[in-house]
Amino acid sequence: MPVTTLNGQEIHVNEEGFLTDPSEWDETLATALGAQIGITLTEAHWNAIRFLRKDFQEIGETPTLRRVSTVGGIPIKELFVLFPQKPAKKMAYVAGLPKPVGCV
Amino acid sequence: MTVNTEPAIVPNFDSEVGTGRKIAIICSKGNLDMAYPGLILANAALGEGAEVHMFFTFWGFDMINKKTMGDLKFTMLGNTATHMPQGLGGIPGMTAMATSKMKKTIADLDVPEVPAFLEQIVASGGHLWACRLSADMNSLTKEDLYDEVEDIISATDFIEKTEGAQLLFI
Repeated sequence: MPVTTLNGQEIHVNEEGFLTDPSEWDETLATALGAQIGITLTEAHWNAIRFLRKDFQEIGETPTLRRVSTVGGIPIKELFVLFPQKPAKKMAYVAGLPKPVGCV
Repeated sequence: MTVNTEPAIVPNFDSEVGTGRKIAIICSKGNLDMAYPGLILANAALGEGAEVHMFFTFWGFDMINKKTMGDLKFTMLGNTATHMPQGLGGIPGMTAMATSKMKKTIADLDVPEVPAFLEQIVASGGHLWACRLSADMNSLTKEDLYDEVEDIISATDFIEKTEGAQLLFI
C-alpha cells in the first residue's frame, strides 16, 4: 500500500488515494483531504462526514448515498450540492473511509 | 533529512473520460423484476456524475403510471430462471406470493420500491420521459403519470435529447 504525505502527515492510502487506515484520520486531515478535491468544508459538509464516520464505526461499512439520506437524514439533493458529481465517493474520501460498495 | 516532494496521491474524481458522460435508458418492461435493472443502473450512473435520461415506453409505462407504479408484479410463469416447475406458476395466488417474496428481499437490502426509487433518481438529477405513443395507446395524460415525469415526448424527441449518449434498452 502506498504511503502519501498530506499536510505534513504520512497517511496510508490505496492506489486511488483513499485512506486504508481509518484511524489515521482526524478532522484536521479531513480539511486537507477536502482541499485536495476542491471542497471547502462547511458545517453542512461536517454533518455528512460525521454521519459517515459514526455509521462506519457501527456497521463496519461505508454508507451508500441512500443510507446517508434515509438513516443520516440528509436529502440526496443536498449531498449532490455539497459533494458535486460523485457525492458517495467524495464523502467517503474526505471521511477517510473506503469507497462504498453497495449498489443502491 | 529528506523532504518528501512527491505529490500526494489523490483520487481523480473528475477524470476526462467521465466528464460529459451521458446515458440513456429505455425501460420497456412492466414486471417488478424488470423494473429494477434500469433503476439501479440509472442511480449508479448518476452517482458517477453522468447525465441520465430514462424513457418509459410500452409496458415500461407501468413504472410511471400512478395507478400501477407501486404495484408491479413478479411472476414465475414463462420465467425458467426461477428453476421451478412451470405448472406451479399458474396456480392461483402464486404471482402474488412470488411478488411479495421478491419485494421483501428487495426491501431487506434497503433498496427502495419503484416510486421511492424514481424519487431518488430525480433528486440525484435524473430525467424521466414518457413515450407519446404509449400514452396515446392507453389514453393517458401527464396527470396520470408520476409527477416528476418531465414530459410526454415522441421517440424522435428522445433520440434528439440523447444525442451522443450511451444507450441501454431494457
